[in-house]
Amino acid sequence: MRELSLNILDIAQNSISAGASLITVEVLENTKEHTLFIGIYDNGCGMSEEQVKSVVDPFYTTRTTRKVGMGIPLFKMAAEMTGGEFSIESRLSEGTRVKALFKTDSVDYTPLGDVASTVVMLVTMNTDRDFVYRRSVNGREFALDTRELKNILGDVPLGDYEVSEWIKEYIKENTDELYGGAQNENS
Amino acid sequence: MKTLEELMAIRDKTKQRMTVREDTGDDAVRIVVGMATCGIAAGARPVLNAFVEEIAKRNLKGVTVTQTGCIGMCQYEPIVEVIQPGKEKVTYVKMTADKVARVVNDHIVNGNPVAEYTVGAIEK
Repeated sequence: MRELSLNILDIAQNSISAGASLITVEVLENTKEHTLFIGIYDNGCGMSEEQVKSVVDPFYTTRTTRKVGMGIPLFKMAAEMTGGEFSIESRLSEGTRVKALFKTDSVDYTPLGDVASTVVMLVTMNTDRDFVYRRSVNGREFALDTRELKNILGDVPLGDYEVSEWIKEYIKENTDELYGGAQNENS
Repeated sequence: MKTLEELMAIRDKTKQRMTVREDTGDDAVRIVVGMATCGIAAGARPVLNAFVEEIAKRNLKGVTVTQTGCIGMCQYEPIVEVIQPGKEKVTYVKMTADKVARVVNDHIVNGNPVAEYTVGAIEK
């Protein structure tokens, strides 16, 4: 994957397949300590202990079309390559929590990329689910919650083009604010 | 700065438009983009975005863009299927955002699939 934002999109698709009604994506950055934390949490069907152990194995997948599943292994590798950490916790019928810590000053650090695009795609393509997106830079935080947006929108779908453009700009502007209005160095 | 008030204005404008618009029935065209790990890694995100943008730009009605999992031919990703009622499904392979405008114009609007982008062209 060329951007961590694509890994986020990929891992969140697993949450959608797991039937989650609420998916939380956290991107927490500390530019002084050169760390970036990504968390993806869901309330989907979860996995058994045995399954959790096997998802980090690229030759395990629930898919029937092919015999490999690369999503989790790729994300784990991207984190560990930088000297960071990866973990996955899951409980049957409770949900799954995927966490990864990246050292952003490593030469092997994959740029974060366009997270706004990932979030907009998740939100607008899965309007029957709810998403919380939490982004912070050195403790300054911005959050987007689709439950709030749905309250405002009423019958107007989140997938409407003008709405999705608004969400994208809203995320971009608020993210720039976290960097003190400066250009996002990751994009 | 984008504000929630602006979102309310979009809501009101869209609501008006929605009451005017006839709901799309069974004759809807479906554009399905493969968004599993293989598709995403090959660049499916900009392709899906390009379809959504092009359809909004041309104000096309009765066309929906959706995502699906792995279609099973990962080496040809990004893969896009165009499904029109009463017609055979057309599968486009190795799609890019640049190819999208032509698929929308030639195929979705004018009904002529772009043969050179399809899986048939690559397998020969």
